[in-house]
Amino acid sequence: MTALAALIRRDIRIALRVGGGALIGVLFFLTVTVLMPFAVGPDLALLTRLGPAILWLGALLASLLTLDRLFTADHEDGSLDLIVMSRMPLELACAAKALAHWLAAGLPLIIATPALGLLLNLDAASTSAVALTLLAGTPALTFTGMIGAALAVTLHRGGLLLAVLVLPLSVPVLIFGVAASQAAITGPLSFGTPFSILCALSLVSFVIGPFAAAASLRHGLD
Amino acid sequence: MQLLGRSICCVRGGREVFSGLDFEAASGQALAVTGPNGSGKTSLLRLIAGLLVPSAGSIDLKGGGTELTLPEQSHYLGHRDALKPALSVRENLSFWRDFLGGDAGDGEQTLAQIGLGHAAHLPAAYLSAGQRRRLSIGRLLAVRRPVWLLDEPTSALDAGGQDLFAGLMRDHLGSGGIIIAATHAPLGIETRELRMGGAT
Repeated sequence: MTALAALIRRDIRIALRVGGGALIGVLFFLTVTVLMPFAVGPDLALLTRLGPAILWLGALLASLLTLDRLFTADHEDGSLDLIVMSRMPLELACAAKALAHWLAAGLPLIIATPALGLLLNLDAASTSAVALTLLAGTPALTFTGMIGAALAVTLHRGGLLLAVLVLPLSVPVLIFGVAASQAAITGPLSFGTPFSILCALSLVSFVIGPFAAAASLRHGLD
Repeated sequence: MQLLGRSICCVRGGREVFSGLDFEAASGQALAVTGPNGSGKTSLLRLIAGLLVPSAGSIDLKGGGTELTLPEQSHYLGHRDALKPALSVRENLSFWRDFLGGDAGDGEQTLAQIGLGHAAHLPAAYLSAGQRRRLSIGRLLAVRRPVWLLDEPTSALDAGGQDLFAGLMRDHLGSGGIIIAATHAPLGIETRELRMGGAT
């Protein structure tokens, strides 16, 4: 238990230090959201309609931004060898790293969402709905993205490969995330159905992600 | 306690690095693995550490008296020092101590022992190569493990550091530990030599 807490604490600490990924993600999210009104034009009704989709896309890309370093950083400096050798099951270590990444990089995005909603002409109720769907959906992005991050170690390629591998996997999360937000804002569909599926996707990824990532890391040892 | 390797065969990237290798080391013994570059010294250490899978043969730790596997009872000190540049010297050491299951509270003493007491608050990014190696060695002291797997442990260490490390290895052997070290330079302790064949 101490080992688990130590790993989570270390990863969060590194992410929050200068050069860590936490702040970069929020700034990227901010940039994407600020650029959208310039691209779409000053049509307030259109912005309101597109708002949830823009916020979801921004959060998706921002959470991928730092995910490729999840295992490669540990691989390059040799920490991964010691993590593999340790008494902690590798699956648990993977889950701990993903949790730390979500706390450091995913949670700030959700906290920033209400402020960014203002830029997209969303009212308070709408932005809280989007923030709620992000809270339920971003863990799924991190935990499925972790599989891609582990494959990046195995294949000795980082960066873009991760995006290509992971983005298709995040399509269901995106669909139900945006659907739930739209349902809360405009109706007429019920909010509960897509939101329950979104929660289910997150729960499934909690189970599959760590096992797939650990299997990939074990396979790729060299 | 005895570490036994029997007819180990190692294949990497489709090429046979070595085959039919036997070795053994008992409590209190150090085994120096020597040989030219590319003869498989690092591969052997990584096989023992469970980071590579032998294509034939077996490696066992006999008489450990616990249910822990060999990698779980081993320290691996590789070329890469497993330090995070963003964390301070103290944070790096205490992370590995907590993660590997060491006793809490003796961090300062360990740092003083490896000669880094004055640099405890510095980010590891500012350490020299020799200081980084000293900090990695601190990990071996912070958590007790019977088997030490050392890959070129004295590289980058100054004369004082080499003497210090020789003393630490002697203490470890004295308390019944096993050391397997891949090395080109003499370690300053009594060792048996395992000569790896030349590259084919």
